[in-house]
This record gives sequence, C-alpha cells and structure tokens, in this order.
Amino acid sequence: MVFGLVHLSGDPVLLMVSSDSPPDVVATTRHALGFDRPLHQQFGDYVGRVARGDLGISLRSNRPVGALIRERLPATVELTVAALLIAAAVAIPAGIVSAVKRGSAIDRVAMVGAVAGQAVPIFWLALLLITLFGVHLRWLPVFGRGSLAHLVLPAVSLSTVILGRLARLVRSSMLEVLGQDYVRTARAKGVGELRVLAGHALKNAAIPIVTLLGLQFAQLLGGAVVTETIFAWPGIGRLVVEAIFNRDFPVVQGVVLVVSLIFVAVNLLVDLAYAALDPRIRTETA
Amino acid sequence: MRRDVVFWVSAAALTAILASALFAERLAPYGPNDQDILQRLQPPDLSAHVLGTDEVGRDILSRLIYGARISLLVGVIAVGFSCPLGVLVGLVAGYAGRRVDSVLMHVTDIQLAIPTILLAIAVVAVLGPGLPNVILTLSVTGWTLYARLVRGETLAVKTRDFVQAARANGAGDTRIMMRHVLPNVVSPVIVVAVFAVANMIILEATLSFLGLGVEPSVVTWGRMLNGGRLYLRTAWWLTAFPGLAIFVTVLAVNLLGDHLRDWLDPRLRGSLGSAV
Repeated sequence: MVFGLVHLSGDPVLLMVSSDSPPDVVATTRHALGFDRPLHQQFGDYVGRVARGDLGISLRSNRPVGALIRERLPATVELTVAALLIAAAVAIPAGIVSAVKRGSAIDRVAMVGAVAGQAVPIFWLALLLITLFGVHLRWLPVFGRGSLAHLVLPAVSLSTVILGRLARLVRSSMLEVLGQDYVRTARAKGVGELRVLAGHALKNAAIPIVTLLGLQFAQLLGGAVVTETIFAWPGIGRLVVEAIFNRDFPVVQGVVLVVSLIFVAVNLLVDLAYAALDPRIRTETA
Repeated sequence: MRRDVVFWVSAAALTAILASALFAERLAPYGPNDQDILQRLQPPDLSAHVLGTDEVGRDILSRLIYGARISLLVGVIAVGFSCPLGVLVGLVAGYAGRRVDSVLMHVTDIQLAIPTILLAIAVVAVLGPGLPNVILTLSVTGWTLYARLVRGETLAVKTRDFVQAARANGAGDTRIMMRHVLPNVVSPVIVVAVFAVANMIILEATLSFLGLGVEPSVVTWGRMLNGGRLYLRTAWWLTAFPGLAIFVTVLAVNLLGDHLRDWLDPRLRGSLGSAV
C-alpha cells in the first residue's frame, strides 16, 4: 500500500519535480530513480530494500530516509507516550468515579466532558491552549522541544484524541464489573472500597481498556502529525507534512511504513498484555 | 427525559447548521469572499459584522455559513461512498469465508494499521488538493470500519435458520446476501455511519487546516482556522468561531448517533459511545 501510494497518480516523477520542469529533466529523473522499469521489478526492489532497512534517499536533503526518521522518532515517541499517560491519568480515575457515583452530578459532569472532548478538533484545542497559556498568560512555551515545559501543551492537546473515549469505556467496563458476584462477595467479606475497586474491579475491567489503548495508539500517532505541525515539535509527524509540501515522497513512504510498523508492534504488546492481565488467557496459550 | 432534551437540542442545532448550508446565499449578510480592507480585523460587533472580520475584511459570519456547506457536503458524500464499499467488502468476506475472507480482511487490516489522518494526508498529497480529491481521499480511508463490522455481523447471521431456509428454497448467494443477510446487519452500520460523518467533518477540517484540503477560493472551517492562527495575539475571533462551529456540529452529530444507537439497540445504552 505504501509503495502503491506514489504510483496512484500514474507517473510518480511528476509528483517529485516542479510542474514547469522540461521533459528531458523529467526523463533523467525517472531513469535515475528507476521509475522507467517495470512496476513489478520496482516493487521487488522496494521490498528488498525495505527488508534490509533501506528506506531510500530523501529527495530534498539527499540523506537516507532511515536516518531522518531515526533523528525525529524519539520526539514523536516522547510526545505520544506523554499524551497517553495524561489521557490515562485523567480518564481512568474519571471513569472509575463516574461508575462508582453513577447518576450523580460528578458522573454527569465527567461524561458531558468526555462527550464534548470527543468532539473537540485537536488543532482548535491546540490554538486555544496557545492563545491562553502561551500568548496571554505566558506560562508555557508554545513552539519547539527542549524542556518539560515545552512538552505540556502539545501533550495535553494530543491526549484529547483518546481521553473522552477512554473515560467512557472505563466507566462502562467498571459498571459491568461492579455488578459481578465476586465484587459483591469482596464487599461482603469487608474488603476496603479502594481495594475492591483497584484489586478486583479495575483489574477485571482492564482488558477492554488495554485493547482500546492499543487500537487508539494509531489515532495518537495520526494526531501527532497535526500537533507537531502546530507546535513545531520536531517529530516524524512534522517531518511527513514538510515532506509532502516538498514533494519528498521517499520520506512520506518511509514515515507511513514506520508508523504502521509501530502500530503493529504496539498491538502485539497489547496481545501479550492480555496474558499478563488474565490468567485464563495465560493458561489457554500455555 | 434528559436524553430526549439532548436529542432535540442536538437535532435543532444540526437542523440550523443544515439550513444555513442550504440557504447560505439568503442567510449570509455578505459574500464569503467579499473583501473590505478598511474593515480588516474588526472585532465582533452586533451593529456591523456580528462575528468580526478577517485579515482582508471578509465577514466571519458569512464565511462560517458558507463553510458549513463544504463541511457537511464532504462529510455526507464521503460516508455515502465509503459506507456501501465497506458494507460490500464485509458482506462478501463474511459470507464467502475461507480465502476470500482471508484476502479481504488482510487488505482491511493493512489499511487499518495506517493512522487515518496520515493515510489521508499521503493520498491527498498524491492526488492533489481539490474538493473531488478530498472526498475521494476520505472515502478511501473510511471504508475499513464498515468492512470489519459487517463481516463480523455476517458471520453470525449466515448461520441463522432463516438463511439456511432461504438456501434450501433455492435462493442464490447474491439473493441471500442482499435480501436476507444485509437487512439484518444494517442497524449497526447506520449508527457507525452517523458517527463517521462527524469524523469526516473533522478529517476534512484537519486537511484544510494543514493546507491540503479544497482549493483556496473555497471557504471551509478548517481553512479559516489555519488563516486565523497567524492572528492569535490580536484577533481571537478568527480561530474561536470556526473552531466552535466544528465543535458544535461534531458534538450534535455524535449525540444524535448516541441516541440512534440506543434506539436501535437498547442493550448498548451507556456503553462506549462513538465507536468510530
């Protein structure tokens, strides 16, 4: 699919050279990049190179795409992990409190916030945060990467991609678990409420929550493209947007491929986490 | 009772947005691209420009009203293309099973592994900006959800007695799929399609915000936000109102989707929410 992207429009060379390039320049570029060979040969070469870790050369900077991605990837990982932690730190307690205090004012406020959070466009929230905390209050830096303070606004913006959905899922999962016999038994035995919630209920509600976190990781990586562009955060999201405007398609291909591999790896980790969370799955797979 | 209030408020908000999109020429006080440089960056003022003006003196309210047209149009048409495509793929995969199912679901999973916005950016970058290309891009990125959903439902429905009875009566595969399976899997598809309209509106706005959406002459909420980011310090209204328009529209669509889901399947009441 990644390979097919640049061939979608017919002639990929026309995407990479300027529109007023003379025909001989187009022909030379086509030959130099190997686009004049049969498609199946190009595909075979591409797969072979990718398998060896060679993602091609950036047309803009003339540097290996792999090296560019390696330079930028830590910033994206830092941002997405921070966003994930913020989302989990807010959504899990909010979802638990909503479930425990079902129908109360707290529940209503939390769920209205969750529904509203799902409707907020991330780029608008980012601009609002920049206006408030960067421009008017001047509390936090709004561009670039460096200190922990630089991370706050981009990570908070990005966390909203999953925060609302996660809070609602935690609430519904906890409601389901709190009605189970073993929770009633634990309470009847005099186990403390905190231990019932953390040790019995949350542990059993964890599988759908972990699943959602894994599935939504792709949305976080996608959201990072927008967040990094707004906050000039030097990650692979900004790299891909710059590459698109520079018609640097080897970089676009490389970033899409790497992001997809990260998503697959995260979901593999989620599958492994199931076994850690649920002894029945551990026994079945043993 | 409270859910009904939420439903009617959402429906009223959406109707108002829809009406402004349909009757933009009559409702907008100015043309979307009418410039008055002497009136540039005017703050909201009830006596003149209700929501203020932008950097070249264009009326924000008028541009919001015209912008609704593109946002809703793109959202609805993209879902109109991606939904039948995904339903067809899911139906065929679930009904045929074995190798057809395996091939179609592998293709679906491969696409699902690429974040939607990243795929949309890459596709629109290849196809070029413009309204038809944006719609095509969103359709290409949106079908997988329906395919997965319908495939799962089809696997369950095809083993039911009425399907076996239809087969025993000599009904062909196409007839069984279209007349017996499809009507029984369509309810969750409708719910997902409603949520998908909201997602498409945000996706279109994101592409426009990044400068990859429709042509610069066409007004969209995302493009208005992108233009306003240069004036965050001096003109808050340039970003506040287009963002609010997207927020209200998406919220109204999501709440209607919630209500529709509860109506079609009361067992899901209070669960995950917009699953898209």
